[in-house]
Amino acid sequence: MTKDDMTPILSVDRVTRRFGDLVACRDVSFSLQAGEVLGIVGESGSGKTTLLRVLSGTLAPQAGEVRYALRDRGPFDLYRGLSEPERRWLQRTEWGVVHQNPRDGLRMGISAGGNIGERLMAVGARHYGEVRGAAGDWMAKVELDLGRIDDSPAEFSGGMQQRLQFARNLVIQPRLVFMDEPTGGLDVSVQARLLDLIRGLTRELGVSAILVTHDLAVARLLADRLIVMKDGRVVEEGLTDQVLDDPTHPYSQLLVSSVLQA
Amino acid sequence: MYVAVKGGEQAIENSHRLIAAERRGDPAVPELDVRQIREQMRHAVARVMAEGSLYDPDLAALAIKQAQGDLVEAIFLVRAYRTTLRRFAVSRPIDSARMAIGRRISATFKDLPGGQVLGGTYDYTHRLLDHELAGDGAGEAVAAEAAAPLDPEMPRVSDILDAQGLLEAEMPDDESDPVADLTRDPLRLPGRRDQRLQNLARADEGFLLALGYSTQRGYGRTHPFAGEIRQGTVAVEIEAPELGFAIDIGDIEVTECELVNQFKGSTEQPPQFTRGYGLAFGRAERKAMAMALVDRSLRAAELGEETGHPAQDEEFVLSHSDNVEASGFVQHLKLPHYIDFQSELHLVRRLRADFDARRTGTDREAAE
Amino acid sequence: MTLVMETERTAPDETYNFAYLDEETKRMIRRAILKAMAVPGYQVPFGGREMPLPYGWGTGGIQVTAAVIGPDDVLKVIDQGADDTTNAVSIRRFFRRVTGVATTGRTVEATIVQTRHRIPESALREGQILVYQVPIPEPLRRIEPREAETRKLHAYREYGLMHVRLYEDIARFGRIATSYDYPVMVNERYLMAPSPTPKFDNPKMTAAPFLQLFGAGREKRIYAVPPYTTVTSLDFDDHPFDVQSWDEVCALCGAADSFLDEVVLDDAGKRMFVCSDTDYCEDRRAAGHVGPEGADEADAPAGKKP
Repeated sequence: MTKDDMTPILSVDRVTRRFGDLVACRDVSFSLQAGEVLGIVGESGSGKTTLLRVLSGTLAPQAGEVRYALRDRGPFDLYRGLSEPERRWLQRTEWGVVHQNPRDGLRMGISAGGNIGERLMAVGARHYGEVRGAAGDWMAKVELDLGRIDDSPAEFSGGMQQRLQFARNLVIQPRLVFMDEPTGGLDVSVQARLLDLIRGLTRELGVSAILVTHDLAVARLLADRLIVMKDGRVVEEGLTDQVLDDPTHPYSQLLVSSVLQA
Repeated sequence: MYVAVKGGEQAIENSHRLIAAERRGDPAVPELDVRQIREQMRHAVARVMAEGSLYDPDLAALAIKQAQGDLVEAIFLVRAYRTTLRRFAVSRPIDSARMAIGRRISATFKDLPGGQVLGGTYDYTHRLLDHELAGDGAGEAVAAEAAAPLDPEMPRVSDILDAQGLLEAEMPDDESDPVADLTRDPLRLPGRRDQRLQNLARADEGFLLALGYSTQRGYGRTHPFAGEIRQGTVAVEIEAPELGFAIDIGDIEVTECELVNQFKGSTEQPPQFTRGYGLAFGRAERKAMAMALVDRSLRAAELGEETGHPAQDEEFVLSHSDNVEASGFVQHLKLPHYIDFQSELHLVRRLRADFDARRTGTDREAAE
Repeated sequence: MTLVMETERTAPDETYNFAYLDEETKRMIRRAILKAMAVPGYQVPFGGREMPLPYGWGTGGIQVTAAVIGPDDVLKVIDQGADDTTNAVSIRRFFRRVTGVATTGRTVEATIVQTRHRIPESALREGQILVYQVPIPEPLRRIEPREAETRKLHAYREYGLMHVRLYEDIARFGRIATSYDYPVMVNERYLMAPSPTPKFDNPKMTAAPFLQLFGAGREKRIYAVPPYTTVTSLDFDDHPFDVQSWDEVCALCGAADSFLDEVVLDDAGKRMFVCSDTDYCEDRRAAGHVGPEGADEADAPAGKKP
C-alpha cells in the first residue's frame, strides 16, 4: 500500500503546541504517504484534536514544522513556507476536513445542495446547472435521497448530516482529508454503514487521510497505520493490525485491553 | 387627476416651528435657564459630556435644553458641534493619583492610606420621593463640613497591589505610537486597548450596563472586586513646546473605577490579579463601573480565558456601543424606502406568479 | 415656474467653514477618495466625522460631497429618485446653508448629484459626479458579520459564498431573488455593494462616463467607480442577470423605460405607476410625452394635491 519511493504528502517534525501551562502536544513527528490513511488514537485529552488542528493549518505550533507536498510545487512548511492566502487556497482546493459535530462542518442555513455546491463555487464554478448536477451526484454517492437536495441539513438525522459533510468535502476531489471522530455520537448501526461508505470512498478516490478517534474499532476498519498518543506524546507507532494485536507500549496495551473488556 | 406629492420643503419648515413650540411648552411656565440645568442636572450634564466626548458643562446643558431632555439627542448635538472645533493641542495623560478627591471608596480593603471617603452619593438614601422638592419650599441644602482636611496622600489601590506584585503591571503600549483616536480615525478591528477604552468611554451607558451585568450573571464571568472608585477633579496639562514644560489649562471632574479581577496564572505568569478600567467625565459611577467590567471582559482572549459570550466579543461590543450611530441607523428606517420596497413587491409578485404557475401546472413561460 | 429646489448661488453661513468641515478634514477625505479611485471597488477606511445629520441618513454621502464641492458647483440631491422627498430637501438645505452653492432639480444642470437609492434615468455625462449614500458598504456583511473576516475575504478574493446565496435563491425560487443592493464585481477584482439602488440601475454603472463616489458615514468607508470602469452584476452562466420590467408605462409621461413607483389610489387596490425619477418625468412631459393619466397635466406638478 505505501509507496516508499515517493516523498510523503505530509511530514510532521517535532511539533509542540502549548496552551498556557498545558502542553497539548509535545515533539510529535511522523509522516503520511500518498493514499495512506493514518489513525491517531488515544483517550480524550491526549492531544489528538489539537494535533489535528495544527496539521490542518488552523493552529500554528510553537515549535517544529508541518510540511505538506503541494500538488504542483512539492513540500512546503505550512506555517512559515505558505502565506495565509496560500494556506486558505490549499484548504479550499486540496483538503477536506470532516468534523465530529456536523454543525461545525456544514452551513445549517443553506440547503444540502448548497453545502456541496459551495466548495465548487469557492473555486470558481459559475454554472448553476453544473453545480447542481455535481451536488446531486454526490448526494447519490453518499447514499442520500436526491429528493432532499433543497432541504436544510438541520432537518437531517445525525448520520445523514455526516454523509453530507463527506460529500461536501469529497466533491472537490481532495488529496488529503482530516477526520475528527467522524462517527462519534452516532448509533452503532448507523456507524457501521457510514464506516463502510467512508472506507469505500477513500479507497475509490485514493485520497490520503488523517483520522483522529478514540474508538479502536473505527481505527481498525479505516486506518492503514496508527499512532498512539498519551499526554501529548506519541508513545507507539506502527501498522494498524500490529499495534492493535500486539501493542508494545504499556499504555497501548491498556488501551487495547480496556476496549476488549468494554 | 393625479399629481405627485410635493411640498417637502414647506413641511420641514413647519415641522421645525412646531417642535420649537413644543420644546417651550406652556408659556405660562418660566423658561428653563441653561445655568439651572448645568447646576441642578449634573448627572445628565455628565452623561452628555462623556458620551458627547466634549468637556463643556455649559454646552452640554444647552444641548439638554434644546433636546427637551432627550440625552441621546443632546449627545448627538454636542458631537456634531465638536466636529467644527479646531484641535489646538493634545493633553498629557491626566494623573488620577493627584486627584482632588470628592469621593473615594474601595470594596477590597476596610481601611487604606487616605481612608474611605463617602462623599455625596445616593447609595444609602432610601428611594422615597421627596415631596418637598415638588414645591418652591425646598429649603437651603447646606453640606456638613469635615472636621479635618482629607489626607493629601491618597494612593490608588491598584498602586498598592502593584507594588507587591499581586496585580498585573499596566505596561503602556509602544509610546512612540500615537494614542488611538476614534474621533479622527475609523475603528480598526482587531484593535488595541487604547482604542477599546476610548470606544467604551464614549459608549452608551445603558449598553455597557447591560453587558457588564451579563458577565455577572454568568455570560463570561470575570470575578471582579471594586478595587477602587474615585471621583473628583484633576488638572489637564498640555506641553507647550516653546516653553519646554507642561502648563495647567484647567480642571475637569472625572469618575474612575479600577476593578481587580481574579486570574489563575499561566506558564509565563504567576497567579495574580488583573485589571478592568473605567473612566468617565463628571459624576458617572454607574458608567465607570460598567465600563471597567466590559474592559476586563474584553481581555478574555488575551488572557487565554474561555471566550464566546457577547461581552467578550470585541468586534460585537465596539461596533454597537455608540448611541449616536445606533440611534441614527435604527431611526433611518423612517426614511422613504419606496424604491427598495417596490423592488421587493415586484419580486414577490413574480415569485407568486411562478408559484401559481407551478401549482396549476400551466406553462411557466406564460407567467413571465 | 421655479420649484423650491432651484436656487441661485448665495452667501454661505459665516458661522461655519465652507461645507461645514474644516479644510484639513476635507483634504483627508479627498485623499481617501483618490485612493478609492485608484483601487476601484475597494472600501477605503476614512476618519469620518460626526455631522449634524444622523448616521444612516446620508452622512457618508454628505461628507464626500462636502469634500469635493466648490462655490461654482451646482448641486442636485435626490432620494428615491425625487428631489422633493424630505431627506433630500433636508440635505439640500444643509448644503445651501453651509456652501451657498446653486441647487437644481435638473440632472443635466448639476455638476454633483447626491443620491439615495436611485441612479437618474438620463445618463450623466463626463465631468459630472454621482455621490451615493451608503448604509452598509460591505456586500459580504449579510453572510459574514465579522469585519476582520470580511477584510480577508476581499484581500484573498474569496467570493464563493456570494454565489452560494444566488444558488440558494435559484434552488428555492427558480430565480435570483435579490432585487436591490445587488452585488457587483468592479474592475473584475473587488466585490462591491452598489448601495440599496434597485438592480434596475446596475447596468447604468458599468463603463459610465461619470465619476461614482460612495460614502458610508457610520461605517466610515469610501469607495469609488472611476469613469469607464467595468461593473458586472453577479450571476450564473445559465441564469444571467436581468432587471425589473413593468407591464405598465408611466401614467404621467408614458415612459416605458424607467423605474416605476407604485402609487396606491384607494383602499380597493386601485393603483397607478409613475416614474420614480421626477426630473426625467418632467422633462418628458415638457417634450410633449403624455401618459394615460397625464392628459390635463401639461405643467410640472405643483406643490399641492388636487
